[in-house]
Amino acid sequence: MAGLELLSDQGYRIDGRKPDELRRIRCKLGVFTQADGSAYIEQGNTKVLAAIYGPREADQNMRNQICHDKCFLNCEYTQATFSTAERKHRSRGDRKGQDMSTHIKQTFEATIQTSLYPRSQIDIYLQVLQADGSNYCACINAASLALIDAGIAMKDYVCACSASLTKGKPVIDINHVEESSDCAELSVAILPKLGQIVYSELNGRLHANELPDVIDAVVRGCKDLFVVMDRTVREHLEETATTFTHS
Amino acid sequence: MLKSKTLMVKTRSGKILKIVREHYLRDDIDNGLLTDKLDLHPLLQNDLVPHEHFLVLDTNVILHQMDVIEHPCIKNVIILQTVLREVRHRSSPVYKRLSSILENPDKKFFVFTNEHCIETWTARKRKESSNDLNDRLIRIATKYYSDCLSDRNQQAVLLTNDEANCAFAVEEGLIAYTAEKYVKSVVGHPELLDKLAKVNEAIEVDRSISYPEHLKLSQLNSGIKTGRFKQGKLNISRENYLEGKILCPDVKGGEILIQGRLNLNRAVHEDIVAVELASEEEWSAPSDVMLDVSIQPGAEISDSVDKKVVSNAHRVPSGKIVGIIKRSWRPYCGILENYGTPGMTRHLFTPAERRIPRIRIETRQFKTLIGQRIVVAIDCWPKHSKYPQGHFVRSLGEIGDKETENEVLLLEHDVSHAPFSQAVLNCLPSPNWAIPEEELRKREDLRGFPICSVDPPGCTDIDDCLHFIDLNDGSGAVEVGVHIADVSHFIRPSTPIDEEAKCRGTTVYLCDKRIDMVPALLSSNLCSLRDDGDRLAFSCIWKMSLDAKILQTRFCKSVIRSKASLTYAQAQMMIDDPAKTDNVTVGLRGLNKLAKILKSRRILNGALSLASPEVRFHVDSETHDPIDLQTKELRDTNSMVEEFMLLANCSVAEHIQQEFPECAVLRKHPGPPPSNFDVLINAAKTKQLDLNTSTSRELAVSLDNAEKPQPGVNLYISTLLRILATRCMLQAVYFCSGLESDFKHYGLAAPIYTHFTSPIRRYSDIMVHRLLAASIGADVTFSELLDKQEIQKICNNLNFRHRMAQYAQRASVALHTQLFFRGKLVDEKGYIIFVRKNAVQVLIPKYGLEGTVFLDRDCEGNAMTMNNLNYVEQDCKIFVGSIALQVFDEVVVQISHDASNIQHQRINLKLVKPNLPGISSVPSES
Repeated sequence: MAGLELLSDQGYRIDGRKPDELRRIRCKLGVFTQADGSAYIEQGNTKVLAAIYGPREADQNMRNQICHDKCFLNCEYTQATFSTAERKHRSRGDRKGQDMSTHIKQTFEATIQTSLYPRSQIDIYLQVLQADGSNYCACINAASLALIDAGIAMKDYVCACSASLTKGKPVIDINHVEESSDCAELSVAILPKLGQIVYSELNGRLHANELPDVIDAVVRGCKDLFVVMDRTVREHLEETATTFTHS
Repeated sequence: MLKSKTLMVKTRSGKILKIVREHYLRDDIDNGLLTDKLDLHPLLQNDLVPHEHFLVLDTNVILHQMDVIEHPCIKNVIILQTVLREVRHRSSPVYKRLSSILENPDKKFFVFTNEHCIETWTARKRKESSNDLNDRLIRIATKYYSDCLSDRNQQAVLLTNDEANCAFAVEEGLIAYTAEKYVKSVVGHPELLDKLAKVNEAIEVDRSISYPEHLKLSQLNSGIKTGRFKQGKLNISRENYLEGKILCPDVKGGEILIQGRLNLNRAVHEDIVAVELASEEEWSAPSDVMLDVSIQPGAEISDSVDKKVVSNAHRVPSGKIVGIIKRSWRPYCGILENYGTPGMTRHLFTPAERRIPRIRIETRQFKTLIGQRIVVAIDCWPKHSKYPQGHFVRSLGEIGDKETENEVLLLEHDVSHAPFSQAVLNCLPSPNWAIPEEELRKREDLRGFPICSVDPPGCTDIDDCLHFIDLNDGSGAVEVGVHIADVSHFIRPSTPIDEEAKCRGTTVYLCDKRIDMVPALLSSNLCSLRDDGDRLAFSCIWKMSLDAKILQTRFCKSVIRSKASLTYAQAQMMIDDPAKTDNVTVGLRGLNKLAKILKSRRILNGALSLASPEVRFHVDSETHDPIDLQTKELRDTNSMVEEFMLLANCSVAEHIQQEFPECAVLRKHPGPPPSNFDVLINAAKTKQLDLNTSTSRELAVSLDNAEKPQPGVNLYISTLLRILATRCMLQAVYFCSGLESDFKHYGLAAPIYTHFTSPIRRYSDIMVHRLLAASIGADVTFSELLDKQEIQKICNNLNFRHRMAQYAQRASVALHTQLFFRGKLVDEKGYIIFVRKNAVQVLIPKYGLEGTVFLDRDCEGNAMTMNNLNYVEQDCKIFVGSIALQVFDEVVVQISHDASNIQHQRINLKLVKPNLPGISSVPSES
């Protein structure tokens, strides 16, 4: 029989997770000293670096984007040549990268309190070091942490998680194998404390009747992620605080 | 804990990729020992194992010994995830059987997710093959279970067929046996032994035959890639079991012929094989010889192909099988041959399906099994064994017993006929269900309309009704309604009843039995549109002009009350009786008038009327009396109902295609390739008839022309031509509109068509109902309904089921024919419809019976030389000495029931007129 069984009858996924379990998350704030804020996140084998510059005076060549009542975001998403099984050089302006940049930008425009930084610019640089599914979500989570590290005012954390549906069951935080099967993929970013969805994207088809279940699952996933991210931020803060007091 | 798995994969383009996957190990995986999924005290006793024990099975045991495993005494088995995955990968039929065991709580089979359990996982060693790794994983899991069980004073026993694995296990201190050894020592179940498959040892070694070695799969794959080998599904000829073909689009003719035992090289019908094309000098021609072993079991045509008779013109691409890519063995029905001595354990089994070779089995129950229909599975086919070897699965009952024979033909055609399960029955409404108020409000109330049904006599599953009203609005328009039983109201998606109906696909009608697709409560009561009360219906209502042009179409869910359930004859009488002027009769007259216009328009468009596509032999089940072909009178009312059903189907097809262009369920009938008509054209030429087969319309016209009486041409010939034309056609199939672009229905000359009108007996119609209901807002869609791949999968199953239902029906007719002719000897007029190299095929219209008269056997059935036969293919003619037999010739044959071979009863045809010396039989006295 051809094809992989994404969810066994015993309720385990291909990599051994249950449908509602996230992959292992490891994250770290302040990985670069040069940038104003930075973070690194691993969600399973998806690994992303984020760096934030700003808020600062707008670049000369970005003149036309300056707003008098808020800052503007400049987002660049790149994927390393070695990030996938097959080495593939992706030029900076490729279609997928640009789409991804736009999506990330839109997500943060809805989250950052842009009106506090009029006539300025915030740069978000994202680099995917290893891609194993749910790239968008890992990027959002990394950028969210980096923005916190940079001390930029936001309404809330942004946590993103993906989900799919196999055998009528929603599975969250999908990896590359699950992503490349022909199931639909829903990516959602939420503001966990405010309980708002700031971004959602559906690739493939899902029936309207099944959508609420998948959204419920994915929101629960985001909230689980939030717990981990929040803990990391607090730990980082304590650590930084001790260094400050000691020095 | 996290581990990553790394594997190297070669892509299609030849690149080597390194793929890294995560692999999570858990400490919360259930081992089943403390749940009720496994018994606390397994009861099966075995002489080898002194303690209570659980079984752990290796993959090869499951693949080969499924019949043993399915036996109710085998319980408390642990199936490892590793094993389950391997089984799934290696054989989907076995996987399906295993799945159904796993679903059965009584069997106490438990799946242990060993590869994600922290205690039973192991990393691949350097240079370890995946097979070795799997074996090691299985041993580790067994060890884990023995450790868990040791304080309960119980044991885990590993069963494997792999000697090496077994030895390793014993070395590691595990209890391990081969399946064979274990089964032989099971206490209290001697019948298990017969079910044991012997894979490793040949039952009988025949040094006179040595099949070429099969190539390895990797060699085959590379060969197929370079084009040296061709891959295809082997299709053994019905006439000659030593000849088969595979479809292969890139050779001339599109087919590769494989002839002879050695070239077939142990492949069985429907296996996926790899074929090496022979050089052009070695090509041969399909033999026109009918090879029929059931008559003369000893006599078999020599394996070497008769080279001298092959003229260049007839040669087709030929080849030999070099390897088997996938076996598609299934359990076969058949009988034991009565040659062995009863004391022996080795016997030959002859399958009922002629295209399957005989199978060598071992059994100790020969005395009870002889004279019974039994089921046997093939285990393997060793190099030095003329026949494949297998094992006994179960017995079906006495040969010749009608129940047994029905069972055989249902099994052989894969018709599921078990009673509906409790889960299915639970989905039914109560028998005195009435339409709830709420439902009435949602539907259009058509209970006042003059609605009636017209069906064959004795029909209990009425799924269509009609009505006709003159609108009297001055425009001359009329309203015509077709009302179809609303089955989809009762069968909700994804319920057990829906799954069962989806799997059965169609109701199967045998001569004396109907195997329902949905339980009888629905099929003959709640959904049957009888005239005894209100029924839910799905209506298609047209506004039509008097010249049968559709002005407006609408669909609605409705509630109706049929005014009369009529038979065709009753309806005809009402129409013809001028004294009757009630609503229903007036309606019937109106419908009849419109139907005639519709029909003539359809025929003008090129619809074929293949008057009696199936020459069917109806047997009264009580008296075994045949109701012959001619007496089945066709009335206007028959075609009246048919016309409106066709119209409804077309209207619905158009509508759902418009509403759901990606996922409409449609039915198409591809036009046959021109070469299909060669036989028909050649045959017609012998009677100086010219057939034009370029389009369906041309064909319809030429067939009509053939009906005009001509000197020297028998009147029945036009019917014969229509029968032959039917055989040139391809099958109509269901498909999902999102995956195909050609929707044409050749036979009906319709641009788009579907099935809407018989939801009680066809699942396709239920799907169409659901789509239509969703499109008019009467019901909601759901995900499977809109998934085109899923729909295509269902359509493929439906196509298969319909074909099988048709075959089962024919087989049932054949069975009843045999019963009818038992102990009779009848001379009857027949017509030759095919001429072959050593035989002619004769159709006897009176009984709708078709059979073969061999010209190379004498009237006793003994083989004779073929020297005096002279076959002229071009003229469809064969000379026997000086007497010529040609297609469409009228002959007289003697029909008898041949029970001489008790195991393979058959209808025997012998030529009486013309009288061929040595071949013909003497006329019977009657």
